Amino acid sequence: MTTSKPVRQEAAPAGEVVLEVRGLLKSYGRHEVLKGVDLALHRGEVLAVIGPSGSGKSTMIRCLNMMEVPTGGTLSFLGRPIAPSFKGKGEAIGFGELRRRVGMVFQHFNLFPHKTVLQNVTEGPIAVLGLPRQEAEAIAMDLLGRVSLADKCNAYPNHLSGGQKQRVAIARALAMKPEVLLLDEVTSALDPELVGEVLKVIGSLAADGMTMVIVTHEMAFAADVASRVLFMDGGVVAAEGSAEEIIRAPANERLQSFLARFHA
Amino acid sequence: MYHWDFQVVWQSWDLFLWGAWITLAYTFASILLGIVIGLATCFARLSNSTLLNGIARIYQEVFRCTPLLVQLLWFYYAFPLLVGVEMNNSTAAILTLSLYVGAFYAEIFRGGILSIERGQHEAAAALGMSSAKAMWRIIMPQAVKRMLPAFINQSVTQFKNTSLISVISVAELAYMAAVVNGQTYRPLESYTLVAVIYFLLLFPLTQAADYIERRMRVSD
Repeated sequence: MTTSKPVRQEAAPAGEVVLEVRGLLKSYGRHEVLKGVDLALHRGEVLAVIGPSGSGKSTMIRCLNMMEVPTGGTLSFLGRPIAPSFKGKGEAIGFGELRRRVGMVFQHFNLFPHKTVLQNVTEGPIAVLGLPRQEAEAIAMDLLGRVSLADKCNAYPNHLSGGQKQRVAIARALAMKPEVLLLDEVTSALDPELVGEVLKVIGSLAADGMTMVIVTHEMAFAADVASRVLFMDGGVVAAEGSAEEIIRAPANERLQSFLARFHA
Repeated sequence: MYHWDFQVVWQSWDLFLWGAWITLAYTFASILLGIVIGLATCFARLSNSTLLNGIARIYQEVFRCTPLLVQLLWFYYAFPLLVGVEMNNSTAAILTLSLYVGAFYAEIFRGGILSIERGQHEAAAALGMSSAKAMWRIIMPQAVKRMLPAFINQSVTQFKNTSLISVISVAELAYMAAVVNGQTYRPLESYTLVAVIYFLLLFPLTQAADYIERRMRVSD
């Protein structure tokens, strides 16, 4: 990638804690999905979250931008608590601002089908940040260039392949110039031959120093790109460490049996 | 053999024209008011408030489960006794027609909005949009497309339903047919002509609805 890094909204020393959760709990009725997750995400870090399905990975990452409202525990962004509402309150940051600054890409893309590729990417800057159309389009075209889809700017999402859709979704999230990007199983809905093009984009974001949380089943990719890996199991963080410790040479038995399935 | 004579009936063309104008006016006025009522009801039903939800549901079921004719008579003859306020026939007609169609529109709007995938709400929210902004910019434009065929059908029905207000003496198209029949004793010509006028006004609308539905299927 040749273009400049996203503009940081706050100058801060590298490695500062951006997102922090303590004792995160989430239940649906009597079903406990998260049973106390602690996590500190540092600036510039790429955190991969792995684990069996049903372990709470997706629920956890969706709590980080309040897509799911936790039933217990605390979440803070740059040291500020999160208000339980769209608008912030005093020191507490609201869902609106949190989501502007913490972008998210979904498993099923969720592109806006009634808007062109370009309009999908400019929607956030125009509707949320209030940028003039021209400026938003310049940002969008730059980002579409970075995901190699500038030539598709006038196409509608229905006419794109899954891999192309997901790259547009990444550009859409980046157009908000987020400080953190959350990627929730972004290659799980793709045909195998389309996974590579999406991972390549994410890899180049990592190389650019983008702070990311990546929930993924792509172990080789996680091992490559992650600065830290979290293994979730049964609603808690069961193991945590470098890619080397967690994926390449796992010590934990439960982790070994989980990873064994990927080498079959 | 019956001797058709449209000549006699045609002499009252001005009555038919005026009647058609009144029918159109009541149709469009009640559709516009119905959209407002329908939207309010729809959002009340989609809200988290049990009270708003309950009120909206009761209103909808009352108007969907009683005949429009009965509603018209009730609003014209019974309602004024209940509240002690005189109501002229045109007010009773527009009120009833709007409330009636609003109850059905609400259901069409609600169905359209609920048919939009959860992921669309989430994608909008993830960009930092408020739910009101997401509704306006992301959900509604897609939902309107899906509502359109049902909305047009209901509106066509509404157009024809305005003929019922003749029972409380609103001089719309069907009422004029009765008037002309009374003057000429030519029921066959009077009522045939009025049927043809309704048909000519509505046929293009149903064709448009079919066309829109076909086009929507292509783009989906």
